[in-house]
Amino acid sequence: MATEEAGGLAFHPMEQFEVAPLFGDGPVSWYTPTNATLWMALSALAIVGLLVVGTRGRAIVPNRVQSIAELLYGMVRKMVEDVTGKDGLKYFPYVMTLFCFILFANFLGLLPKSFSPTSQIAITGVLAALVFVGVTVLGFVKNGAHFLGLFWVSSAPLALRPVLAVIELISYFVRPVSHSIRLAGNIMAGHAVIKVFAAFAAVAALAPISILAIVAVYGLEVLVCLIQAYVFTILTCVYLKDALHPAH
Amino acid sequence: MFSLLQQTAADAAHEAEAAVSAAAEAANAPGMPQLNTDYFGNLIFWLLVVLAVIYWVLSRIALPRIGGVLSDRQGAITGDLVAAEEFKHKAKEAEAAYDKALADARAEAQKIVAANKAEIQKDLDAAIAKADAEIAARAAESEKRISEIRASAAEDARSVAREVTAALVENFGGAADPGQVNDAVDQRLKGALQ
Repeated sequence: MATEEAGGLAFHPMEQFEVAPLFGDGPVSWYTPTNATLWMALSALAIVGLLVVGTRGRAIVPNRVQSIAELLYGMVRKMVEDVTGKDGLKYFPYVMTLFCFILFANFLGLLPKSFSPTSQIAITGVLAALVFVGVTVLGFVKNGAHFLGLFWVSSAPLALRPVLAVIELISYFVRPVSHSIRLAGNIMAGHAVIKVFAAFAAVAALAPISILAIVAVYGLEVLVCLIQAYVFTILTCVYLKDALHPAH
Repeated sequence: MFSLLQQTAADAAHEAEAAVSAAAEAANAPGMPQLNTDYFGNLIFWLLVVLAVIYWVLSRIALPRIGGVLSDRQGAITGDLVAAEEFKHKAKEAEAAYDKALADARAEAQKIVAANKAEIQKDLDAAIAKADAEIAARAAESEKRISEIRASAAEDARSVAREVTAALVENFGGAADPGQVNDAVDQRLKGALQ
C-alpha cells in the first residue's frame, strides 16, 4: 500500500499493474477470477452495450449510440478494406474484435482505481502472437511457397537480395515483439507517470503543479489510448495484407 | 531449464527496476509486476475467454446487424433518390400539360372573342342600316311637312296681305277692286316668297 514514510514521498507507480484475486486473498491459479478478469469482462460488457444493445433499434435514422456503433464499424471496416483489399474483409470480425477490445480496455483503464489489461505484456504479447501466427499460417495456406517471396525483394539488385532477405526475415520475426511492447509500453508509461505525479501531490507546495501535470498527462493518455488501439489494428491490417498479397 | 530462465529474467527485471526505484525511493524494489510470470497463465486464460466472447458476439450479432442497417439505409436512400427523380419527371410533365392547356384555352378564348365580335359587328351593321333608313324616312317626312307648312304659310300670308291691302285701300277712301288688289299682292309676294 502507498504509505507515508515519516513525511517522505511514497512512490508506488507500479503497484497499479499488480494482478490480485478478485475474491479473498488466496493463490492465483490460471482460472482464478482476478482484477484483470474483471476489467476485461467490463470491456466485453461495454462492447456488447455499444454494439449490440446500442443498435437494437436497427433504426434507419440512428440515435446517438447507434451512430457511434456505426462510426466504429465504418472506421474499422474501411481500414481493413483500404489496407488489405476486398479479400481481407473476411477477417474484418477478428480485426474489429481486436480494435474494440484494445480500445475499451485502454479507456476503462483510465478510470481511477481501475486495472489496465493492455498494460500487461502477457496480454499484448498474446494478442500480437495470435496475429503473427494467424497471419503466417494464412500466408502459407493462401500462397504456399510464394509467401516466401515476401522476403525476396525482387526489385533490388540480385547481389543485394540475400542480404535484404536476412534483414526482412529478422524484421518479420521482430514484428510481434514491437507489436506487443508498443501497446503495453505506452499504456504502462502513461499510467506510471500519472502515479508519480500523484505522489507529489502529497507535498502542499507542489500540489497545484502536480494536479496540473496529472490533467495534462491524462489528456495525453486519452489520445494515446485511441491512437495505440488504432496503431495495433492498422498494423494487424498491414500484416494481413502481407499474408494475402506477399509480392512486393 | 525453464525455471532457470525465469530466474534470470526476474533477476534482470529486478536490476532494471532497481535503477528506477533508486531514483524514486529505494527501500524495497517492487519490480515490474508485468514481468511476474506467475500470473501469465491466468491473464492469458481470461484474455482468450474474453476475446472468444467478443468475437462470437461481434461476428454473430453485432456486425451483421450493423452491416444490415447500413445497407438498408443505403437502399432507402437510393430508393428515395429514384422516387424523387420520378416525381420530378412527373412534375415536369404536369407543368407541360398545364402550359399546353393554358395555351389551348387562350386560343379558344381568342376564337370565341373573334366570333362574338363578328356577330356583334353584323348586328351593329344591321342596326345602323335600319337606323339610317328610318332617319332617311323621317327626314323625308319632315321635309314634306316643312314644305307643306311653308306652302300653307305662303297662302296665309297671301290672304292676310290681300285682306290688309283691301282694308287699307278702303280706308284711304278708294274702292277696292278685288281683282286688282289680288294681282298687286301676288305681284309683290312673288318676289318675297321665292
